[in-house]
Amino acid sequence: MSAISARRTSSAAATRGGGVLPWLALPALVAFAVFALIPLVGVLLLSFTSWDTLGEIQLTGLESWRQVLTDPGLPHALWVTFLIMLLSWAFQTPASILIGVFLAGRQRYRELLAVLYFIPLLLSSAAIAITFKALLDPNFGLGAGLGLDFLTQDWLGEPGLAFGVVIFVVSWQYIPFHSLLYQGGVRQIPRSLYEAAELDGAGRIRMFFSITLPQLKYTIITSSTLMLVGSLTFFDLIFVLTEGGPGDATRALALDMYKRGFQANLMGAACVIGVILVLVGLALALLLRRIGGRDPYASQLEGA
Amino acid sequence: MGLPLGAALAACGTSGPAPSGGGAGGGAAGGSGGGAGKATYWFLQGPPGEAPRTASVERFNKANPSGQIAITTIQNDAYKTKIKTAIGANQAPTIIWGWGGGGLRSYVQAGQVEDLTSWFGENAAVKDRLFPGAFGAATIDGKIYAMPCETVQPIVLFYNKKVFEKVGAQPPQSYGDILDLVKKFNDAGVAPFSLAGQSRWTNMMWLEFLFDRIGGPEVFQAVFDGEKDAWNNPASIEALTKMQELIKANAFIKGFSSVTADSNADQALLYTGKAAMMLHGSWSYGIQQEQGGDIVSSGGLGWMNFPGVDGGKGDPTNTVGNPGQYLSISSKATPEQKEIAKKFFATGVLDDQEQKDWVGTGGVPIVKGSDKLFAGSKDAEFLNFIYGVSSNAKVFAQSWDQALSPTAAEVLLDNIAKLFQLSISPQQFASNMNAVIGK
Repeated sequence: MSAISARRTSSAAATRGGGVLPWLALPALVAFAVFALIPLVGVLLLSFTSWDTLGEIQLTGLESWRQVLTDPGLPHALWVTFLIMLLSWAFQTPASILIGVFLAGRQRYRELLAVLYFIPLLLSSAAIAITFKALLDPNFGLGAGLGLDFLTQDWLGEPGLAFGVVIFVVSWQYIPFHSLLYQGGVRQIPRSLYEAAELDGAGRIRMFFSITLPQLKYTIITSSTLMLVGSLTFFDLIFVLTEGGPGDATRALALDMYKRGFQANLMGAACVIGVILVLVGLALALLLRRIGGRDPYASQLEGA
Repeated sequence: MGLPLGAALAACGTSGPAPSGGGAGGGAAGGSGGGAGKATYWFLQGPPGEAPRTASVERFNKANPSGQIAITTIQNDAYKTKIKTAIGANQAPTIIWGWGGGGLRSYVQAGQVEDLTSWFGENAAVKDRLFPGAFGAATIDGKIYAMPCETVQPIVLFYNKKVFEKVGAQPPQSYGDILDLVKKFNDAGVAPFSLAGQSRWTNMMWLEFLFDRIGGPEVFQAVFDGEKDAWNNPASIEALTKMQELIKANAFIKGFSSVTADSNADQALLYTGKAAMMLHGSWSYGIQQEQGGDIVSSGGLGWMNFPGVDGGKGDPTNTVGNPGQYLSISSKATPEQKEIAKKFFATGVLDDQEQKDWVGTGGVPIVKGSDKLFAGSKDAEFLNFIYGVSSNAKVFAQSWDQALSPTAAEVLLDNIAKLFQLSISPQQFASNMNAVIGK
């Protein structure tokens, strides 16, 4: 996730020079330990217990793990999480790149649009979900209000449609952020590359595929990492929008964990899922770094 | 990755007033400072309940300067988590407000609430003035662990009289009538029943009545008692099959799985006339009155108990819902605090003024003879109906999700949602539910 700052190798060189600088990481390390590592250890320990949040915490060894791993709900939740991850990535990435490239232009109206596009990111997920839920209500929503029959669907009641709505709303919320990343990325591409290509007679589309996209490689990796790892923890939006329903059609891992822990009072099982979530997230981040190439710090920027 | 950590932290993050010592901390509407031996009492915030509850404690405090109660009000959903966490951490308030049933059973199993059986034995008058049906959900394995309080809330079949007039239909007298009405209203372009399917417990109310009317209250009682394979009862399979037949016959509003009860969209369907009938808790009356324009004041809202199923074993006077709310005493409280709480139960809870306050909110207090207070109320007709249904019911069953343990209730609601999606068969529903019996 630190690819943006890490791209400049010059900062790495600076650290090598001074002996004091490692101490600067201390506050961050302490915060990380207190708010991430210690709770993580707690979750790991709780996963070997049975606890209904009321009585005593009972050490039951692998009982919670057996219970979760043999539950057909787990592969389903994993599959739903994976699908949400993949589909929201496949939908957001092309859209973000196109919007980002468009917004990178210096024209006045594009600057204005850039500000407008940014608005969804300012809203809380819960507010967005409540709004969309109201708009999509089959009896009192947008379709019924405007008399448009094709909008009057059982949006959150049909498994397929509900899944599509989740992907759409998630994308609606996060595309602005990723467009912003791509806008920054495009603006850093040296003009000289485009000028040279123009002299060679390349058209706009050719320039997009031969210069812009390859130059955006690391921005794509950064943005994809954020999207994929971030989508593991989609909770608030799905919880308010569908509560994991209809049935269990949109019950992703994070939702499954909440339901087990706080609604069914099975803290041990919820912690097992928490551990699985962390492992999947770590594996994913590692994998993405591998795909990112052998030398993630390489750059084609001028002066780098 | 923020969530697992956040969830783990949340369990530690809730703190409440300590059970002993000063009870002034943390209360949104906390009492006037704490003294040693002051009892604490947490309950739900917001209308309609907050005002009568607060007033009743204030009267008690005025009458008992030496033994005060400090109150803390908490929002509904937050309360459910907070009270569990507080009890688990031995930080429970002296008086624990709740819904009885499965939740109370889990407190009892953890040894966190006082056994009140002998106290009720010594104070028979306190017990005898309340609806006997209210004690079912307060009784775990033959012992009483909670004082029933507040109001009774049966599930009622509401209907829109204007829609019935327009279509020329009569309210159903039997399940067969319901099937005929489904066809009649569908032909007239009106949805027969409103249903907030996304909320799940709304669907559950249908099953509660079908199970009772077809097989009698024994069918679910067997589940509650933990009998093996209790859901395989032929009556249970028949009720589940009938449920899916209703759904296939378009008995419910199109897209009901997208409708939620939180937003009152199901209520709106009834008062706007988009649906003709709705099965809902008696509190729906207040919502219709507040949001439904003139539907209540113009006499457009009808209500009745769920009709019988032809050939069914259940008594059509039976009903389900919330037979009351419940107050328990924390076993971790000091002896002085327990004494104050018991005094409050005997003299404060549901005193004459509190009964009047509840009637004013459109509720029926669980006190025998409280119907005398209805005279002059503009809601007298409805209140008398609720009083009649509740006091005449042979069996007033508790809502399933409250009666079962939280673990089993979650599985139940999940499977109900799938049953209503027609994605599992009645037999699959029964096997899935049999797997969590007694858990």
